[in-house]
Amino acid sequence: MSLLKITDLTQRFGGLTAVSDLQLNLEEGGLYGLIGPNGAGKTTIFNMVSGFYTPTEGTINFDGNVINGKKPHTVTALGIGRTFQNIRLWHDMTVLDNIRLSQHYHLGYSVFEPFLRTKNYFKNEKRIEEKSMELLGVFNLQDIAHEYPKNLPYGIQRRVEIARALAAEPKLLLLDEPAAGLSSADVSDLIDHIRWIHDNFDITILMIEHQMEVIMNLCQYIKVIDFGKTIAEGTPAEIQKNPQVIKAYLGDEGEVYA
Amino acid sequence: MGKYQQKTMMIGGGILFGLLLILAHFKMIDLYVQSVIMFIGVNIIFATSLSIVNGYMGEFSCGHAGFMAVGAYVSSLLTVVLFTVDKETGLAILPASMSIYLFPVIIIIGGIAAGIAGLLIAIPSFKTRDDYLAIITIAVNFIIITALNNMDFVGGSRGYMGMKKVIYGMEGVMKFPYMLFWVITFAIFTVFLIRRFITSTYGKGIIAIKQDEVAAEIMSVDTNHMKLVAFMFSSGLAGISGGLFAHVIGYVNPGSFSILKSTEGLVMVYLAGMGSLSGSVISAILFTILLELLRPLQIFKWVIIPLILILVMQFRPEGLMGDKELSDYFPKLKKFYKFK
Repeated sequence: MSLLKITDLTQRFGGLTAVSDLQLNLEEGGLYGLIGPNGAGKTTIFNMVSGFYTPTEGTINFDGNVINGKKPHTVTALGIGRTFQNIRLWHDMTVLDNIRLSQHYHLGYSVFEPFLRTKNYFKNEKRIEEKSMELLGVFNLQDIAHEYPKNLPYGIQRRVEIARALAAEPKLLLLDEPAAGLSSADVSDLIDHIRWIHDNFDITILMIEHQMEVIMNLCQYIKVIDFGKTIAEGTPAEIQKNPQVIKAYLGDEGEVYA
Repeated sequence: MGKYQQKTMMIGGGILFGLLLILAHFKMIDLYVQSVIMFIGVNIIFATSLSIVNGYMGEFSCGHAGFMAVGAYVSSLLTVVLFTVDKETGLAILPASMSIYLFPVIIIIGGIAAGIAGLLIAIPSFKTRDDYLAIITIAVNFIIITALNNMDFVGGSRGYMGMKKVIYGMEGVMKFPYMLFWVITFAIFTVFLIRRFITSTYGKGIIAIKQDEVAAEIMSVDTNHMKLVAFMFSSGLAGISGGLFAHVIGYVNPGSFSILKSTEGLVMVYLAGMGSLSGSVISAILFTILLELLRPLQIFKWVIIPLILILVMQFRPEGLMGDKELSDYFPKLKKFYKFK
């Protein structure tokens, strides 16, 4: 069943067309890659799917709902989680609070209950805390629950960010360059980690990545875009051989710099 | 946090409060000292309420005194019209005996009015942020002051009085230091409410906005809603402080809620550290006492106070307490009170 179906998606910023006529169809449970040279429009696509930009044209259909024009927090509540290229944790809040706050859409109590401290409030705060600790346990992060993210190593921060995105129980997880800035040892950990998430959570993953090691190892299906247009799509093996992809990444054979 | 210590603190605080009231009742505390204590209470409410928006949420609101003015005028108008004989509004509508019970209700109504004013301003203002929000709130402060200056039924720029008569009426029914009691009660109540808000997962949404608004929005925090709620809550509490201020002094004029008053609030919050509730309380106490000590310097105190602010920003830009609470410095206090 198709989970995310993007049709004829176009985004223009003034005269600049960042993404044009994009078609994308993600089947439930897949692990997809989105690659392309810098400035190809990959992050723009993520920003449209997660609700930061309203597409100029086209529709984004997620799980039966048209989501273009919806605000990011509503989109998240519908089931799209996301991480960022540069880690965006709340650095002056404990890891546990980071996870807790990602369930803000589903607190289970009204605006007045924090003031009144009703039974329902305590019940739900306890539920949120237990769920957060459980999630941290699953990610083997329970020992750092009361640490501040700013004091953690980069690789761990990445894992906390992914855990935070999963706390909102998304059906689709968008990973924006998860391997950016990681050492090669951390990258191989990350590959195992993402595969493990994909196997253990009932989730579809779409990721942007520049490190071919990650993409070729993980993704079942890859889409290559350049200047906002799809230039190739297929399995990793097909993509590696595709002349257009090689051209986009390495330039024309005619203009080889000796 | 020990239950035993907490009980000790509550009982101890209660006894202190009771002692203070008894001493005040039998005129064993100087009236001047009493009024300083009341100003401290008013400033605690004013500073902690401003710290919701400027401290915890990290936005920059500069017109907090405007909401104080709304609360002050609404509650003053209500008490004077309801409980006193006035040239313009005629006889008292309700007997003075009822004023004892209705006084806190009217103060809260003043707060609600200020909260609604805050909401009306927040809806268009929070489409912008940072500097633009600061400019809008300064403008709002001026609009409120100018409007009050031109409203004849509240005395215009001459100011509005008659609140003292209300207090005398209350004392005529039963001798009691009402204002001292209500100011301290409301101050405790305010700190209590803010702490409850800020320690809940719901309220922490505004801290998430301060630290990274984009991440907050993507992690399902409805940032727009949180901003409106926080701003409304903050301005409502400012309204309560205004109502109390008006009844402590017994006279209000638009000038007392000018941009200078807003600046006082900012000084208190930034001195305290952004995002520290105990810091705001401490700095409200210190600041009020400092203002009183510097009173002989007259206008020159407005040279010294900004100087203190400059020095703090130079040497301790996060404020005296940063985002730490008292219990982070003295961990033993955690037994007595759960700060975060």
